[in-house]
Amino acid sequence: MARLNKSEAIQMLKEASIFEFGKTADTVRKTLHPQGIVTFIVDRNINYTNICINYCLFCAFWRTKDHPEAYVISKQELARKIEETIDQGGTQILLQGGVNPDLGLDFYIEMLRFIKENFKIHVHGFSPPEIYFLSQKEGLSIREILKRLMDAGLDSIPGGGAEILSDRVRMRQSPNKINSKQWLDVMREAHVLGMKSSATMMFGSLDEDEDVVEHLEAVRSLQDETGGFTAFIPWSFQPWNTDLKKEKSELMPAGAIKYLKVLALSRIYLDNVKNIQVSWVTQGVKIAQVGLRFGANDFGSTMLEENVVKAAGVCYRVSMDELIQAIRSAGFKPCQRDTFYNILKFL
Amino acid sequence: MLAQIERKIVNGERINEEEALFLFNSDEIHIIGQLADEVSKRINHNRVYFIVNRHINPTNICINRCRFCAFSRSKGEPGAYEMSIEDIIQRLKEAEQSSQHISEVHIVSGLHPEWSFEDYLNIISAIKKEFPSIGIKAFTAVEVDYFARLSGLTLEQTLLRLKEAGVDIMPGGGAEIFNQDVRNRICPEKISGERWLEVIKTAHALGIKTNATMLYGHLESYEHRVEHLFRLRSLQDETEGFLAFIPLSYQPENNDIKVPYPSGIDDLKTIAVSRLVLDNIPHVKAYWIMLGEKLAQVALLFGADCLEGTVIDEKVAHFAGARSKHGVSVYELVHTIKEAGRIPAERDTFYNILRIWQD
Repeated sequence: MARLNKSEAIQMLKEASIFEFGKTADTVRKTLHPQGIVTFIVDRNINYTNICINYCLFCAFWRTKDHPEAYVISKQELARKIEETIDQGGTQILLQGGVNPDLGLDFYIEMLRFIKENFKIHVHGFSPPEIYFLSQKEGLSIREILKRLMDAGLDSIPGGGAEILSDRVRMRQSPNKINSKQWLDVMREAHVLGMKSSATMMFGSLDEDEDVVEHLEAVRSLQDETGGFTAFIPWSFQPWNTDLKKEKSELMPAGAIKYLKVLALSRIYLDNVKNIQVSWVTQGVKIAQVGLRFGANDFGSTMLEENVVKAAGVCYRVSMDELIQAIRSAGFKPCQRDTFYNILKFL
Repeated sequence: MLAQIERKIVNGERINEEEALFLFNSDEIHIIGQLADEVSKRINHNRVYFIVNRHINPTNICINRCRFCAFSRSKGEPGAYEMSIEDIIQRLKEAEQSSQHISEVHIVSGLHPEWSFEDYLNIISAIKKEFPSIGIKAFTAVEVDYFARLSGLTLEQTLLRLKEAGVDIMPGGGAEIFNQDVRNRICPEKISGERWLEVIKTAHALGIKTNATMLYGHLESYEHRVEHLFRLRSLQDETEGFLAFIPLSYQPENNDIKVPYPSGIDDLKTIAVSRLVLDNIPHVKAYWIMLGEKLAQVALLFGADCLEGTVIDEKVAHFAGARSKHGVSVYELVHTIKEAGRIPAERDTFYNILRIWQD
């Protein structure tokens, strides 16, 4: 299939029926993943701090330093969470902040060393805003920061903080956060150093179809350059408890039809990214299952713990058995994978 | 065979049992959905209907203890409850105060061993008296059969009494799956499929319109679903008394049949095949309570032209693990329908349009 260009993608979002999206994305997915396998990872999201200086309007998780609920995780707490993850068959922790202004490179290096000295677990950690901040704070290049984090035990980078890689939207909803170019720069540097990452997209806040496509284009062209993205994960903005909702009370979460279209378009547009993940955390299991017929081949993570989406008023919870059963009843073969999408076991 | 089915649908011809079974077994969810969507638009244009309603379940004490039901209790069991007529009137007053005018009340109850037919009739007449403009959708065929046995009246007499008391239409519940082998396993105490159809046929003959349902995703096979749909289609050919068909997605919690939730894909396929088979029933309803709000929206593009209403206080499905909210606002319903690219048509009990919600 010929590559979709930006204007074709925008036109598709505006005009195509849900069935056109579904049929095309399903065909692409079958070509890339002909065996009908749907993967998932057993992991836990650990947010080492909720103190953040970005104050993004779409986020309900951050706290200021002097807020009674502000925290930085203790080593003891961190160790306990990792132990629980390993006990439940987990292979990865997703370690993310907060961009906490008081935490310097030393903190991160010590945290990573502590984890690696005590546990055999993959650390998928620190999204571009955190890494970019460290580079500013320490006066070191992004590459240097990444190298030091890698040396200390960082294995791969999650695709968070991308939201929408369209600066006109970012200026409105996350003016303090790094811009699109800076996000892409961090990812490029990581990929050049041989570190893999995922990429995410949060749509359905202030973005238009054009912004969604701009985001997909940015990811696709960096992927052409580096090949470093393992997967793409679109998910929809959850407005509850956010400043954005306070400011624009008419904002409603994007519906499932929009989600399925964006998911399908992601599969179609990102012909160079192997894996597309459904977001059962924001969509619920039934839509996640339908998403497997709209281009997705990965069910994400069991998320033994998740805080950020929950803070925005959504809490779909699923046990590992349910997740496996959900994949199976959708007509696919469930497989546990590692961070790099290698299959660990069939279930 | 898919091409043959597609041709038939496009030409407005009926599909047969074999073809319906083929569709259930088919993996071509997008093609099936698209066909159902074409039929849905042909029948109902671009409209999606909804109603401002409230569910009332006067008691959960029930002599039937269906294996799939997490709502029913025996008398004296913890969690058993009975509402008085005053309670019911009070709930409706609250609903009237908190939202806009309610167009319909949906009343489904347990088969209470100590209540008389008069007790049930009194609920209806009290509501009718207090709220003459609210449509009353009350009592499934299972309850009507019970009232007849309880009172020694014929089905006709029983239904006429209900009509006189103020029942406008009957809900479609209690149909479950008509096949008796499956019924023996999931609801052995409940009336047979034959009897359900007999009650409904009698109601239709008396001018009482009804809905029809199908509970799927438990122990039945696709063959059983096809059998169910075709029995409904045949009856509708005879009576034209069904207003809407409502596929009910099984909820497996707190009950005795331990199977996984039906997949979202199966839910969409079931809606679509229902739309394609039941060419003589005007409306197919997406019951968001069991599908979840998100999937219900997608269902509007897979053959459903009607969204269950505001509901306010759903109990039956929530006892069995439904993960949806207990009620939604008109604003949310209108938004959901518009976002699906359809025209929100607020309706009354009989599907007369009260208001088109345009910007």
